[in-house]
Amino acid sequence: MSILDLKGILSPLGALKQIGKTPHTITFPDEQKRTSERYRGFHYNSLDDCIGCGNCSTICMNEAIDMVGLAEINGGKGDSGLRPRVDYGRCCYCALCVDVCPTGSLNMTKDYVQVDNDPFTFLMTPGKDNPDAQERISFSADLESSLNVFDRVPMRELDPDERVKSFAEVMLGYNEEEARREADRCISCGLCTEACPVHMHIPEYINAIAKGNDNDALQIIYDNNDLPEVCGKVCTRKCEDVCAIQVRGETVAIRWLKGYVTETVNNADLIKKVVNPEIREPNNYKVGIIGAGPAGLTAAYYLSLRGYSVTIYEAHKDPGGMIMYGIPKYRLPYDSIQKQVDYMKKMGVKIHYNTKVGKDIQFQEIYDVNDAVFMGIGLQNAYTLGIENEDADGVWSAIDFLKKVNSDEKVEIGKKVVVVGGGNVSIDAARVSRRLGATVNQSYRRRVKDMPADWEEIEGAEDEGVVFMPQTIPTRVVTDENNKTIGLEYLKAEMVSQDGGRPRPVPIEGSETIIECDSVISAIGQQADFGLLPKEIMEELEMNRGKIAINDDRKTSIPKLFAGGDSVRYGNVDAISAIADGYYATIGIDKMLMKK
Amino acid sequence: MSKTREKETTLYLDPQHPGITGNMMIKLKVKGDTVIKAETHVGYLHRAFEKLVENRNWLQSFTLMCRFCVPEPDPMELTFARAVEKLEGREVPERAKYIRTIVAELARIQSFLLWYGGQSGSSGLYTLGQWSVGDRNYILDLFEDLTGARIYHMYMWPGGVRRDLPKGWIDKAYKTMDYIEGRLDNYNQLLFDNAIFQKRAQGVGIIPKDKAIEWGVVGAPLRGTGIKHDVRIDEPYDAYDKMKFVVPTYEGGDVWARALVRRDEIKQSISIVRQALDNLPEGSYYNRIPNPMKWTVPAGEAWVKTESVRGEIGFYVVSDGGNKPKRVHLKGAAYTHGVTVLEKILPGQNIADVSFILNSLGVCPPEIER
Repeated sequence: MSILDLKGILSPLGALKQIGKTPHTITFPDEQKRTSERYRGFHYNSLDDCIGCGNCSTICMNEAIDMVGLAEINGGKGDSGLRPRVDYGRCCYCALCVDVCPTGSLNMTKDYVQVDNDPFTFLMTPGKDNPDAQERISFSADLESSLNVFDRVPMRELDPDERVKSFAEVMLGYNEEEARREADRCISCGLCTEACPVHMHIPEYINAIAKGNDNDALQIIYDNNDLPEVCGKVCTRKCEDVCAIQVRGETVAIRWLKGYVTETVNNADLIKKVVNPEIREPNNYKVGIIGAGPAGLTAAYYLSLRGYSVTIYEAHKDPGGMIMYGIPKYRLPYDSIQKQVDYMKKMGVKIHYNTKVGKDIQFQEIYDVNDAVFMGIGLQNAYTLGIENEDADGVWSAIDFLKKVNSDEKVEIGKKVVVVGGGNVSIDAARVSRRLGATVNQSYRRRVKDMPADWEEIEGAEDEGVVFMPQTIPTRVVTDENNKTIGLEYLKAEMVSQDGGRPRPVPIEGSETIIECDSVISAIGQQADFGLLPKEIMEELEMNRGKIAINDDRKTSIPKLFAGGDSVRYGNVDAISAIADGYYATIGIDKMLMKK
Repeated sequence: MSKTREKETTLYLDPQHPGITGNMMIKLKVKGDTVIKAETHVGYLHRAFEKLVENRNWLQSFTLMCRFCVPEPDPMELTFARAVEKLEGREVPERAKYIRTIVAELARIQSFLLWYGGQSGSSGLYTLGQWSVGDRNYILDLFEDLTGARIYHMYMWPGGVRRDLPKGWIDKAYKTMDYIEGRLDNYNQLLFDNAIFQKRAQGVGIIPKDKAIEWGVVGAPLRGTGIKHDVRIDEPYDAYDKMKFVVPTYEGGDVWARALVRRDEIKQSISIVRQALDNLPEGSYYNRIPNPMKWTVPAGEAWVKTESVRGEIGFYVVSDGGNKPKRVHLKGAAYTHGVTVLEKILPGQNIADVSFILNSLGVCPPEIER
């Protein structure tokens, strides 16, 4: 190249052509660069939608997100009360927290400027510190782009036409592949643990299932639930109501997953081998337990493991209490209970059947010979409808009806049945009646959506042909000359909301209607039978609206008397609450006796 | 020549951004202005990415991948994603393959524009750097619209891409390509037609053709010795098998040849982006991974190669079947170029050309230290 290479010298001067052109830069801070519609800037968290599951904090590998309590957030059912706080000194703006947020409350915004000489201003609680940023939300995760798996693995069910022909179990259960897939959806936030009455270690056992360690899962489950197979089939699953995935998708099938694990271990010896619990040396204390229902069995099991000598007194010929006699076999087969009770017996629990306290043995005797007594007597007496002709032939209480059917006694209900009520027991009665060949109408005074029964049970009943009669209030049983039921008269009701409260059914005058039927089954609740308690004890025993009053240790006002299960509860009258009572009574009894 | 000038001296050339992105030091033995021995010293940037990911789950690991190298984060993401897909046997939707191809090519263009700045700047020609880095922002704008971030996109992950193309993005991409293409002549005026650059670049920093393969040279430096090698052609991935493009090669093996290769590659990349936009299929952009909290990858090992901006890179990923990688190893271009090749070709060169040569090799210290 020679120095005379003019092109090489002159060519760069072409740059001069650009002089005078407007630069495409911006002058900060007079102008700010407008960020894109999808910009990943500072976070914004909708504090009301957030449930404090902490998934954002878990996924953040920079540990930039802490979950902190806020004065204005109280928490409660399905809400931990915590909200994410982001340290922008650590945040790398990857937005994985947004993509894993199950509620979609956490988003990123177009904001990116924070100038301050106080480093603590870079610790921000999104939503609280930048409430106006809601208008500038940019990067967010919709149902499609979210990394949560919102769709539940469907449970295979028996065909409705087949179901009504027999008492075969309706839910066919997950197979291994389905269980692993369903367990994979869990984000391990632990909101379920908080909601479970006995605080089962739900994320831990689901994790074990997801990893394929079914035996580990069973061990974890037995840590505080001795009747998991029962719970795996009929639990009222408070856990699933608060599942973080359920906010935008379908709740993780916690109950079916537990059911899957328990079904893989199919006899008592195997349970013993897999669970292999630690049993303490006998401590020479004796505990008497009245009632072999879930509360009594649970207390017996965990007390036995702690070295207590435990004896159960049960009035019926079989264990299980209400889960044995009250729950139809298509939901909970007999051998499910038997298998678990057999296992408990192997762990040292002693049960005296056909021993009714107050008749075959006196309460005082049990009270005197034992160092502590636990009472789980359940609710044995049904509430009556309180209407005309309720003593007619063909009027049943659901609890007696189910008890008879479950004991394989012959039950004549005729061709047409009307069930009254809206809880799980009423649905059980309706679906059992269908299996006995009757057509079933179910009267409920509120709307179907107000029914306290499990939604899956309501759907199951509808599939099987149960006809719901919502907003109807029975007024009279119509009888023939032989006092035999031939119909039910009812009033229609309208829902009236008073002061913005829960709408109440108000009967419409003159709307009397009669529906023909051969049987009326009433399922409007039960009450406890305290006939077994001596008068002196009954006088001393503190009650609370018809139920036994207890403290956190499940201790009653009578020295060394503990109680649990349906006879102490409002609202949560279910197996898992009874199990929780049994479990916490164990701790209470242990605390009382070991302090001596 | 005076005696003092002939005396051997040790010269420590920077650990602070020696004309390239990242911190690295070159210990030079010089006689006068001539280098007689060069030693690359690294260790200023060690962030232990390969080790860190062993303690992070698969999804968390993905966010680290782009940080291997600032000027070209996307090929790292892409290669890691492909390695995990290979382990899992996970299919990638056709649309995602095209989007990935577009992103990978945009990444090449923006990286070449940054290189223009470095290459011209290290020869004292600063105007071009202002232009090209300014124009690079238009590509970064495209990235921002698409991914939400300008540099660290965290966009291509196992199973596809993170989000679909936003509305209006395709038009904007076409316009940006037209703009960049129109600017290339201006760059030529300032760089390739410039007598200073010609004099500085020609015959400097020569990699001998017969040694190139032996030394493990890849990318533009390899193609600058006349050897045609490109993973996109040799072992096509994503949508490259459906793209028509040529791989430019030049003889000489000097800085000049390498610069010409890069100049021509920008044109090819623009053409690939246009082809991919023209033929972008409809459909899903993402074959979703399981819940990331429980995501496990089947045990096994995968070795996956990609043509990055600086040449062939490869990820070796081992899984023991758990929720974290057991081992992730990156074989990048920077290690061979910045250590082996640099130490061999610097002796005999002028001190003033060290940064210049370093730039033309496409060395990225953070990638050496991984």
